[in-house]
Amino acid sequence: MKSKLLFSAAAAAFVAGATGAKAEDLTLCWAAWDPANALIELSKEYEAQSGNTMHYEFVPWTSFADRMLNELNSGGHLCDLMIGDSQWIGGAAENGQYIKLNDFFDANGIKMDDFIPATVVGYAEWPKNTPNYYALPAFADVVGWTYRKDWFARPELQAEFKAKYGYDLAPPATFAQLKDIAEFFQGREIDGKKVYGAYIYTERGSEGITMGAMDVLYSYGFKYQNPDKPYDMEGFVNSPGAIAGLEYYKALYDCCTAPGMSNAYMGEGVDAFKSGQVAMQMNFTFTWPGFNTDPNVGGDKTGYFPNPAGPDGEQFAQLGGQGISVVAASSKQAAALDYIKWFAQPSVQAKWWQLGGYSALKSVVDAPDFATSQPYAQAFLDSMAIVKDFWAEPSYAALLQASQKRFHDYVVAGQGTAKEALDGLVADWTEVFKEDGKL
Amino acid sequence: MSEPLSQRAATATPPVLAHRIRGLSDRAIAWIFVAPTIALLLAVNIFPLIWTIRLSLTNYRSNRPNAPVKWVGLENYQKILHDPDIWNTFQVTAHFLIWTLVLQVLLGFGLAYLINKKFRGNDLWTTIIVLPMMLSPAVVGNFWTFLYQPQIGLFNYVIAFFTGADPSSFSMIGDVGLAPWAIVIVDTWMWTPFVMLICLAGLRSIPPSIYEAAECDRASKWRQFWTITLPMVLPFLMLAVLFRGIENFKMFDLVVQLTGGGPGSTTELTSINLKREAFEKWRTGYASAYAVILFVTVFGLASIYVKALNKVKDR
Repeated sequence: MKSKLLFSAAAAAFVAGATGAKAEDLTLCWAAWDPANALIELSKEYEAQSGNTMHYEFVPWTSFADRMLNELNSGGHLCDLMIGDSQWIGGAAENGQYIKLNDFFDANGIKMDDFIPATVVGYAEWPKNTPNYYALPAFADVVGWTYRKDWFARPELQAEFKAKYGYDLAPPATFAQLKDIAEFFQGREIDGKKVYGAYIYTERGSEGITMGAMDVLYSYGFKYQNPDKPYDMEGFVNSPGAIAGLEYYKALYDCCTAPGMSNAYMGEGVDAFKSGQVAMQMNFTFTWPGFNTDPNVGGDKTGYFPNPAGPDGEQFAQLGGQGISVVAASSKQAAALDYIKWFAQPSVQAKWWQLGGYSALKSVVDAPDFATSQPYAQAFLDSMAIVKDFWAEPSYAALLQASQKRFHDYVVAGQGTAKEALDGLVADWTEVFKEDGKL
Repeated sequence: MSEPLSQRAATATPPVLAHRIRGLSDRAIAWIFVAPTIALLLAVNIFPLIWTIRLSLTNYRSNRPNAPVKWVGLENYQKILHDPDIWNTFQVTAHFLIWTLVLQVLLGFGLAYLINKKFRGNDLWTTIIVLPMMLSPAVVGNFWTFLYQPQIGLFNYVIAFFTGADPSSFSMIGDVGLAPWAIVIVDTWMWTPFVMLICLAGLRSIPPSIYEAAECDRASKWRQFWTITLPMVLPFLMLAVLFRGIENFKMFDLVVQLTGGGPGSTTELTSINLKREAFEKWRTGYASAYAVILFVTVFGLASIYVKALNKVKDR
């Protein structure tokens, strides 16, 4: 036994010597969710190749921002690599919490042109639309919809739906259709069980209701600012279209969600859909592989569709996903960069997709067999083509808290009108930008 | 026979040190013993308080370590006191505080009065009643979200059983009218046993001879209650109100788990609002001013209350 241990130690020393680098213990920080487990699996290959040991700090989504932004703001040394949320990029870049990666990318032949453009803008760049990179797109994600394909396919329901609404029961192409379908299923008894129309985000504490409402508002004409005058929000955030979008979201919440869904986010949506409670479910696409293999709703029982279009045909979806960055406070930046170099390889990205991670590399998603590789792959591609993201300003947290309050007050608590909510939001956001010296 | 410990310690003390100690007064020695505690208190209580007051007069944001810090004087205080959202959180907190105190005092005293009677299984019932307060508030909050769940929650089924209403027709934590009461119910469930224990201590501290004398004077049970029991338990009750009042003024974990401050801002207590300002919006200076206002409020109210408590005790 002793001789075996000595041999192993000698072998490890040889490997370390051969690679010419000291083996490091790297800590990667991310949210605690299914893709994180896939990343652990994927990274075993890196550990074997590099001799570095990977450690992980995964935090549940509802407290992920609290925990990790505290870590970054306090200059903590817990994380060497951070897969931070897309909206953190502005603050992390301006406050020197992530290291700039341009030189590293150039030196290692990593080109941002090789990644889906929306993910580069959303996860890597600050300021937006400038070639200043602080992250490598790591996990592409977007809000989309799942539906009960088996229920939609029932002839008696199809006939009843057509008789009532005058068109076929199928994945909705517009939000108006989505509401029709949700109303149709609301309170209906299917297989002896009462079911509900739709599941949508309503969570108050972190970002839930903002992600959900914005997912609808974009297609109704909401814009964050005047395209010709940055931070000019009057008439854009609270445009008539945006007001109609928020009214729609409230109407959908009032008419067609299950009781008790007043503070619900990703996890509750997964539970509602897997338990056969809802006909349609809004959720980030990262949840889709889990539905596909679920014993209750997996396989042919579940279908996937991108966010429907608004009344004027505009069609957008809320971007999710994250980039991977090197934390400036880390003392192991060289090893952390080595991990990113390994992660960016096309072969690793292809395996990432196979394990359940949504690669943002074009060579993976543009591969001829990608769209048919999983039942949800095409809907994912369609969704990624229409993304928009929330503010990624350094004050994103304050901007987010304002929208959380305004949306929840109106949609869930029923206080005031949609116009008052959005007018209030313009006032809140204006104050934040004034404090930032941007107005 | 071996020497006593004090003698051994005296002989073991190096002569130089012994000489120095002999030269110190009793007062100086007392200060030497107390100094570490005072230093600790200064480090963990007084210094943070002074630092918070200093920060409250600036525009400092802890997520912008490189940004210049500007002295803003009392601007943060002025903004807070003119912010209708903050006054709303004060109203929400007052509703929570008043109703939890009223219910916990009434129920706690009632339970203590019953438990104080000699009956079989007295100890077992006491143990069962105090179980909720042994749980973590975060666990209780999470646990009650399931009890309040309209489709599967036990609470809704119990209400439905007695009223005939559809269990899924109302949502305790999703309805603007019901949510403030939902948090009051859970806090009352959890902390009434605490008030009961304090009242029980008060009831058991009353000498039986007083009741015996009252019996001799043919005082009715009702009169005994109003003239003996209640006045003698009152200081204990007031102490319980003080403890629960301070605790509930800074209530956070239970309500965050239960409602997250929603629906809307219906159950957003001051502590939740403060946390959002400090650690979600990162307005450190503003949040420091907010914390100072809360500190002064609770300190002022507690001081007035303690004076009243002392008066009652001295009666």
